[in-house]
Amino acid sequence: MPVSLAPGGVEYIRFLPEIILIATGTLLMVLDAILRKGSRDAYGRISIVALAAAMGAAVLAYQSPGPAFSDMLIVDGFATFFRVLVIGVGILTVLLSFRFLDREGAETGEYHALLLFSVAGQCVMVSANELIMIFIGLEISSISSYVLAGYLRDDKRANESALKYFLLGSFATAFFLYGVALAYGMTGSTWLTAIRASLGGEPAAPAPVFIGVAAALMFVGLGFKVSAAPFQIWAPDVYQGAPTPVSAFLTTGPKAAAFAIFLRIFSTAFEPIGSGWAPLVWCSALLSMTIGNFAALTQSNIKRLLGYSAIAHAGYVLVALAARSQVGMAAAMFYLAAYAFMNIGAFAVVSHLSGKGERFLKVDDFAGLATRQPGTAALLTIFLLSLIGVPLTGGFFGKFYIFKAALDSHLVWLTVLGLLNSAVAAYYYLRILVVMYMREPSDAMADLEPLSAGLRVALAIPALGTLFLGIFPAWVLNFAGKSATLVR
Amino acid sequence: MNLLDFVLAVPLVGFIVVLLLPRQTQTIRTTALVFSLVAFAASLGLALGYHTDDAAQQFQFVTDVTWIASPNIHYHVALDGLSLWLTILATFLTPICVLLSWNSIQVRVKEYYAFLLALEFGLTGVFAAQDLFLFYVFWEVSLVPMYFLIGIWGHERRIYAAVKFFLYTMVASMLMLTAIIYVYNRAGTFNYSDVTEMLLNGKLAFTGGEQMALFLAFFVAFAVKVPVFPLHTWLPDAHVEAPTAGSVMLASVMLKMGAYGLARFCLPMFPGAARICAPWIVVLAIIGIVYGALVAMVQPNMKKLVAYSSVSHLGFVVLGIFSFKQLGLDGAVYQMLAHGISTGALFLLVGYLYERRHSLAIADYGGVATSAPWLSTVFMITMLASIGLPTLCNFVGEFLVLQGSALANFRWTIFAAIGPILSACYMLWLYQRVFFGEASEEVRYHVFDLKPREWAAVVPLIAMMVWMGMYSQSFLPAVSKTTAQILEQTQVNVQFRVKAVGQASGPIQSLPTEVAHAR
Repeated sequence: MPVSLAPGGVEYIRFLPEIILIATGTLLMVLDAILRKGSRDAYGRISIVALAAAMGAAVLAYQSPGPAFSDMLIVDGFATFFRVLVIGVGILTVLLSFRFLDREGAETGEYHALLLFSVAGQCVMVSANELIMIFIGLEISSISSYVLAGYLRDDKRANESALKYFLLGSFATAFFLYGVALAYGMTGSTWLTAIRASLGGEPAAPAPVFIGVAAALMFVGLGFKVSAAPFQIWAPDVYQGAPTPVSAFLTTGPKAAAFAIFLRIFSTAFEPIGSGWAPLVWCSALLSMTIGNFAALTQSNIKRLLGYSAIAHAGYVLVALAARSQVGMAAAMFYLAAYAFMNIGAFAVVSHLSGKGERFLKVDDFAGLATRQPGTAALLTIFLLSLIGVPLTGGFFGKFYIFKAALDSHLVWLTVLGLLNSAVAAYYYLRILVVMYMREPSDAMADLEPLSAGLRVALAIPALGTLFLGIFPAWVLNFAGKSATLVR
Repeated sequence: MNLLDFVLAVPLVGFIVVLLLPRQTQTIRTTALVFSLVAFAASLGLALGYHTDDAAQQFQFVTDVTWIASPNIHYHVALDGLSLWLTILATFLTPICVLLSWNSIQVRVKEYYAFLLALEFGLTGVFAAQDLFLFYVFWEVSLVPMYFLIGIWGHERRIYAAVKFFLYTMVASMLMLTAIIYVYNRAGTFNYSDVTEMLLNGKLAFTGGEQMALFLAFFVAFAVKVPVFPLHTWLPDAHVEAPTAGSVMLASVMLKMGAYGLARFCLPMFPGAARICAPWIVVLAIIGIVYGALVAMVQPNMKKLVAYSSVSHLGFVVLGIFSFKQLGLDGAVYQMLAHGISTGALFLLVGYLYERRHSLAIADYGGVATSAPWLSTVFMITMLASIGLPTLCNFVGEFLVLQGSALANFRWTIFAAIGPILSACYMLWLYQRVFFGEASEEVRYHVFDLKPREWAAVVPLIAMMVWMGMYSQSFLPAVSKTTAQILEQTQVNVQFRVKAVGQASGPIQSLPTEVAHAR
């Protein structure tokens, strides 16, 4: 427990990424108010610099790992992995937002400030070591995300998306908070390690029913955040309605951060009652995969399709969680990184193709993309093959590690059903490939612009990342494996 | 880097080079041809450098490099008698496919040849991989280019056929992936030789239930590819809709992936389960032989006829493998190669006819022999090879398979022998309807004889048919050495299992002695 309350110098370094992000976010808001006629792209450029600096700071902080601010935060390999991941997602989102904001004539200052705040919140989440801190991070991240989802004020769908996200999100956060309160009441602490210690101790261990309820309530809250079934209802609507770059962001960044705290809470604090929650995760994983994949089969809107696929992919990560092992944890981390690359890449192409006002969002609008822009089509092909899980892409290794971990833990049926599920998923991803390569060009192709510089980078990085993870997965996996041991 | 790595690398480099080239049809075609010829020439070096004497290693041209340290995945490639000829079959047919697509492919030429080379990379990799994981990677990688080849350059119902092809294989191979991971978790290695070694010396033993489940998971994946009777429905669609080169590669090499997998993985790794299931599988194989032939007989579409004849021929391969006799296995492997050559040639010739008359319907032809005598002659030789005429390639394979199955169970042979009889019926009838009779106006006007480039593609195939039919000793020694090893593994394994587990589950008999003396 904390002795001295005054933070030392090294603790500021451990908190540096969040400081940079919050400071820049605030600066952007002020600049936005003062310079009414600033260059539209300037805010984006500043954000990229800030995010890159924050990523550097996250790596720097890892050079002196340890707790900060009275053990509220902890900088370990796990936190660093996810910090780099969510900051990276932030950079890619900014890159693919340039063209979008320009096209829709939207304000750029607020947008980037909100994005930075959201990323900062996620950084807090993933490095928090204490339930209240996790909650604060979750709220910073979520509230910024609610606003981002409805960023296009005049758009009906965006409004619906934001409202739905906000209402259900608040509801879920309340559940989470109930869980925190119960856990505190039962164990007398909000520190994850302290909760674990009090659960492990035989004589004074609290009644399993109540601690089970606490865990279940947190499971509901986090299940909502990661869009796991049966708490997934909001996801397709929100992802469909939100501006495309925001959808790309929501399906990757906040989700990865939410999974990070999911992993941290359930494999640290609630690890002693693992045999209790594992069946729940098992069911949720299977439900998510099945609902996500089967619902995606019939979608004609590409964003909605990707929304359902996001549910299915959350299911795969839950399989890793159900394995309750370090291998499973490393697999989940690897998968979230691979998923971030391939999903942002896919959304980047969708954003590129959708045109002003996002008119072209039907799967059929992709018809003939391969003849009009073979390069773009080839990139989308890489992302889709990775989402299917074809070898030599990151998505394949992600699935492989997850199901290997599941088999390690003797979850044979979950593995078989999960893998068959991914074969079902192949069908709807193939549909996109089919229209792209095997149909005549559509109306959407008529006034398709060439790729802008920002989009080029926002496509190239995920494509290279997907292939890199698919051919040389060891580097990331080793780091994930090392970090997974640090969690406990 | 040894010769095998080179053979694998050439198509991959070719794939990248073709992608980077400017969109000039002539340059792209020539580049693709050069790369595929280099790969073929290098693979001939494999055949010449392969040792079959008694002191020779089972696996030759070995490269074993760690790819990923944990889990322990290696880039481990090597050849034995089973994979040697299949690898060469793949490299042999790719330049032929480049040649036969020379004029028929006019749209998106660059992507076409890139996919063709990527396909060659995947196929050679499947046969060369000695690491279960690597095998799976190549298995899936070969799927993608074929999907695009069918889906983009195919005929009317190409999209349906391409998606069906992809999904069938994908679903089945997911089961195989589960089984591969399971084996890894038990054995701690993906190395094929190590796994079989551990099974032999008892370090690794599966219970009866495990063995059965794993066997079935592998079997279904391979059975879809072969295809074994009730799982064959994707094949006629894929064959009919694919462009000619796609049909050739699909029939000649891709179907062999399944049969290869059965012989390579299912028998040595799960021998007990394989023996228990063998009678049932043989029944399916025989149904496939007879059913495929009967359905081929009533097809109005030439490509579909050849496709169903493949189902029939591949039934022989499965029958040979599950006869558990040296002769049967030898015959199965030989039949794989022979079918690769003869059916590849049939698809190629049907493709030639299609390019001239723009129809696959048998009814649209007749009297081709008068307007294109050389084409008819070449077709005749190929057709006779496919029927299994002695001195041509298929005869050797079918004969050995029937002999092997007769040693195992004579009744199987009786039913299986219906196949060649029926194949003579549908092939001769096809030949009669297409090449004889009165030539219609269109046929006389459009169907001209072979051109030099077309000769260049077809002559090597005819030469191989004769060579393989006349002098099987060029190919069989390497094959028998490996099949003997496989049989030994299945035998020792079963005895071990029976001894160690102490229960003879099901009708496991020790191998009769005639196997040892059969050669």
